[in-house]
Amino acid sequence: MFGPWSAIRTSLQHLSSVVWLLIDTIQEMGDRVVRGRMPFRLSIFFAQTDRTGVGSIGLVSLVSFFIGLTMALLTGYQLQTFGQEQMVPGLVAISFTRELGPLMTGIMVAARIGAAYTAELGTMVVSEEVEAIEAMGIGPLRFLVGPRVLAVFLLLPCLVVVSNFTAMVGAALISRWAFDTSVHHFVHAALESMLIRDIIAGTVKSFLFGLIIGLVACYKGLSVRGGAAGVGAATTQSVVTAITVVIAFDTLCNIVLVALFNS
Amino acid sequence: MSEPQKNSVELRDVHLSFDEKEILGGVSLSVPSRSRLVVLGQSGGGKSTLLRLILGLLKPSAGEILFNGLKVNRMGRLRLNRMRQKIGMVYQYSALISSLSVRDNLALPLEELTSKSRSEIDQLVDEKLALVGMSEVRDKMPAELSGGMRKRIGLARGIIMDPELILYDEPTAGLDPVISAVIDELIISLSEKIGATSIIVTHEMGSAFKVATQMAMLYKGKIIACDTPENFKASTDPVVAQFIAGDTQGPILQSTPS
Ligand SMILES: Nc1ncnc2c1ncn2[C@@H]1O[C@H](COP(=O)(O)OP(=O)(O)OP(=O)(O)O)[C@@H](O)[C@H]1O
Ligand SMILES: [Mg+2]
Repeated sequence: MFGPWSAIRTSLQHLSSVVWLLIDTIQEMGDRVVRGRMPFRLSIFFAQTDRTGVGSIGLVSLVSFFIGLTMALLTGYQLQTFGQEQMVPGLVAISFTRELGPLMTGIMVAARIGAAYTAELGTMVVSEEVEAIEAMGIGPLRFLVGPRVLAVFLLLPCLVVVSNFTAMVGAALISRWAFDTSVHHFVHAALESMLIRDIIAGTVKSFLFGLIIGLVACYKGLSVRGGAAGVGAATTQSVVTAITVVIAFDTLCNIVLVALFNS
Repeated sequence: MSEPQKNSVELRDVHLSFDEKEILGGVSLSVPSRSRLVVLGQSGGGKSTLLRLILGLLKPSAGEILFNGLKVNRMGRLRLNRMRQKIGMVYQYSALISSLSVRDNLALPLEELTSKSRSEIDQLVDEKLALVGMSEVRDKMPAELSGGMRKRIGLARGIIMDPELILYDEPTAGLDPVISAVIDELIISLSEKIGATSIIVTHEMGSAFKVATQMAMLYKGKIIACDTPENFKASTDPVVAQFIAGDTQGPILQSTPS
């Protein structure tokens, strides 16, 4: 049975499994908290935040810097023909805080961290490590999934801030050089144009994308079947799925925002 | 739940299939408390699967599994986790956590599930490592160990929580004869000292008869015989007799070309 219907059905099945993964993880962690214990050791959580957050700063800032720079340069030259190059700071600021920051960071983190989570958990499934953790009664969801999902969920928004900031730096530097906009004026114009609403939209998106990436990666990792080849396939699927779902949710968020606020 | 808990584990007409293929077709088995049951059976016959069912890692397609009189197959995730803390599992392929050192592998259940202090944990780890003769590899990573060494660490991890029920999946396969004898004795002494119930899957007939107080033969998805070792040795059942003797002549290979 091929065709759109079976594709939609499998997608919905996966979606419900991911939602159940979230519910079960919260339940397992909650059970620990009720019993007066930490859901997981802080050292494990910090190890994950370190590689997820601190480890991604380099990539995120480098890529965002270049995108911000290119965006300012290309739009600047177009706007210059109308004598409107003073709009560049606002343009870059709005596009990044509201759209490109969360989106680009989401894509980079899905590729870098999502893939690592899936490969790691998948390998643990194949070597029966996950089963052993389950058999000891430790609860693999709270022990393995909990700290990982929480780490991306909390740190993606921080990375988005880094991304927004470096993009502005890139745009400010190139504007200074190509359009003689002083950095002072750039910062002023950029801050002027930013709206609280855009910042909130960007932040909400960031948390959402972090949750999606973490859950998809862990779900794909835990459902690996069939040895090394299975791990490879799951890792590819994890990245592709996470990026697709992130872009789909981004579009959805934008439609909802436009419908709500008419802008 | 009404009867007193004389059976640690009980399986009632358990069926299990993987992708249409029936692995267990009505297994019934009772394991009295403090006994040592050795399960014999062909390779691929579903022995490891049986142990996974007892731990609630797999759900049977039909039938019931009881541990201490409670239905394992009806338990939710949280109750299962609590039940599993009373069961130790020694994996056929060790299943050590590859990212943790030997010490941390053994300490993991203690750290996660008890409120013991670091020094108490270290002491317990050292004690169990000494039991399996592996004290010198305490700070090594699993990848640095041989298969047999990993197996012994896996055994030490299985008993670290002093479980009521210990499931051994081929604990002595691939070990040298001396260490095998040490492990056999360890299995016996664990059940006698802490009063643990043991279910042991093994292919080594020598150690099977040494450790068993009860024996069961799993054949074609059913328990075809369950008896004392003496009666097993004297069994006239062609399948059991052939399996114990390791004969090529008999019903086993004729019926299953595998
Ligand atoms: N996850 C699984 N998915 C599909 N089939 C499985 C799975 N696990 C086990 N099987 C099948 O179930 C059967 C029993 O497997 P099991 O591992 O229980 O055998 P075993 O008796 O422990 O064998 P051995 O003595 O070789 O360890 C095998 O035919 C195997 O192919
Ligand atoms: Mg097996």
